[in-house]
Amino acid sequence: MDIFLQQLLNGLVLGSVYALIALGYTMVYGILELINFAHGEVVMIGAMVSLAVINALMASGMALPGVVIVAGGVLVAVPVCMALGFAIERIAYRPLRRAPRLAPLITAIGVSIVLQNVAMIIWGRSYISFPPILPVTRHAIGGATVTDLQIFIFLLALLLMAGLALLVQRTRIGRAMRATAQAPEIAGLMGVNVNAVISFTFVLGSALAAVAGVMVSAYYGIAHYYMGFLLGLKAFTAAVLGGIGNIAGAMLGGLLLGVIESMAAGYIGDITGGFLGSNYQDVFAFFVLIGVLVFRPSGLLGERVAERA
Amino acid sequence: MNWRRLKSDRRVALAAFVALGLLLAAAPFLVGAGLGRGWVRILDFTLLYVMLALGLNIVVGYAGLLDLGYVAFYAVGAYLYALLASPQFGLHLPVWLILPLGALVAGLFGMLLGAPTLRLRGDYLAIVTLGFGEIIRIFLNNLDAPLNITNGPQGINLIDPIAVGSVSLNQSFSLSGVQVPGIYAYYYLFLALALLIVFVSLRLQDSRIGRAWVAIREDEVAAEAMGIDTRNVKLLAFAMGASFGGISGGLFAGFQGFVSPESFNLMESVMILCMVVLGGMGHIPGVILGAVLLTVLPETLRYIGPLEQALFGRVVVDPADLRMLIFGLALVLVMIFRPAGLWPSKTRRREFDSEASVLEQEQDALYDASR
Repeated sequence: MDIFLQQLLNGLVLGSVYALIALGYTMVYGILELINFAHGEVVMIGAMVSLAVINALMASGMALPGVVIVAGGVLVAVPVCMALGFAIERIAYRPLRRAPRLAPLITAIGVSIVLQNVAMIIWGRSYISFPPILPVTRHAIGGATVTDLQIFIFLLALLLMAGLALLVQRTRIGRAMRATAQAPEIAGLMGVNVNAVISFTFVLGSALAAVAGVMVSAYYGIAHYYMGFLLGLKAFTAAVLGGIGNIAGAMLGGLLLGVIESMAAGYIGDITGGFLGSNYQDVFAFFVLIGVLVFRPSGLLGERVAERA
Repeated sequence: MNWRRLKSDRRVALAAFVALGLLLAAAPFLVGAGLGRGWVRILDFTLLYVMLALGLNIVVGYAGLLDLGYVAFYAVGAYLYALLASPQFGLHLPVWLILPLGALVAGLFGMLLGAPTLRLRGDYLAIVTLGFGEIIRIFLNNLDAPLNITNGPQGINLIDPIAVGSVSLNQSFSLSGVQVPGIYAYYYLFLALALLIVFVSLRLQDSRIGRAWVAIREDEVAAEAMGIDTRNVKLLAFAMGASFGGISGGLFAGFQGFVSPESFNLMESVMILCMVVLGGMGHIPGVILGAVLLTVLPETLRYIGPLEQALFGRVVVDPADLRMLIFGLALVLVMIFRPAGLWPSKTRRREFDSEASVLEQEQDALYDASR
């Protein structure tokens, strides 16, 4: 029971981060039907920039509390990533709006390679560790323990998701996003500036990605120029699991994938009688994905097409 | 004489064909003498990638199914060869038995992947194939315990080299007085098989099945209405593409003498996809061009270090870092300026140059028309 609860909690925390990243994929997909392969790298850049700021602040000699330092890192990383998201769309996707559908996929891969290597040139090949400046208090919840950081990550992620849902459902720009997702040309005729909406979507997704990047590096204590790849892959999987293009689906898919993964890590040995170890947890996630898609070919919430934004 | 007339002249075409043949035949000796043995090795790899790209071209280019896990079939072929011809299990089967077997097993894996997933459309299929590729790789990585099959991350070593008759292609041998080094011999073997695959691809393209694939790519519903069994025809595309991958994998294992899960990561699938799309999907010369460029370009970029040295007097940025950066930029630039690929087929180019309406139809048909 303890293990179950513990893995559930860990999974929810991890899953909330996946969900934040998955939202970036799903929003872009909803509007452009494009897999933004470079999104994972935006997460990585977010983590790297924030760490650079955090380390600089620590080296500056000011005796700031840890939370303030991390907040400073986030405050720099978010605008940097927003600018990056904007630039990626402008340079790599907009010129190909009318091109065959696989063309932007290739530019996305190209951008991804470029960003990885830029990060490698700037920050080097080695792992960068997150300085232990956040207070670590453990709380016991029914036989399992969670740290302050975990609680904070989870709550912040939920808050951001709620904010996003409000933005999409209640605001003018949100309505414009939904309209563009449904029918870009008609939305344009109705006076929606489609290009502005698309740019906004990229900027918004990148902001969430930046926050997720800081969360991941704080949670695992490290960052690496290659971290965006696997994270992006997981988040994309989550988005597809929930039904790509569907915002609620991305949230659900993210949380679900996080829980599935940590459950698999905790139990896979027991289930298979020790034949498969926890190093198969990624396999497990993909098996679940394939299983879900076989029975629900457009993801868990994929049929509510009208609601995609 | 204008260019078009020149092109339609049969004698000119024949001459060009013969010249190309001679060039291909002499390539390893020319390259070996001019650039060194290392480049002959690269030439060998180029041919391997040509085969892989042509295999994927069947799935992506002809049938329009986006497959992001193609490397899984390459891995299946490579590991099959490695297990059947190495000290791992003490088996040393002849290569001419393993290669067809590899094609068969990889084809079966293709069906295995295809059967449950072909209902999926577009991007959903992409992520499932991607997941499949990762699953295969993770299994290869972990099947060393409790029963050691793949030797885990260390991979399998001391794989038997490919042998023709009693001559192992690993050492040089003399052929009527001319000393032929092993990598040169591999070149001719790979060239022969690549040409075979080109031939099969060409014949497939004009066959009933090939036209069914294109019909499905352009409009699946219409294809079904015309009486095409879309399910089986798509399965066949998967199986056929996969078996090409399996053969290439076997050749890779024999050539390299060593396989490990590292060689079969997602990036490899992505690279092969880039070759197909960058060159010109569905157009065989284009795909070959894509494979050649994307194999040779990263190698050429290795000369950046000396170039920096010459320009600035010192190495400013680590050339290894810069190499992939330039590669990524090249991918972006090529696609922006030639969205249909470097060398698209005539029909595709025509469609591309014409009105936007045609373009959009094509755009939808490319891999998913349904929203």
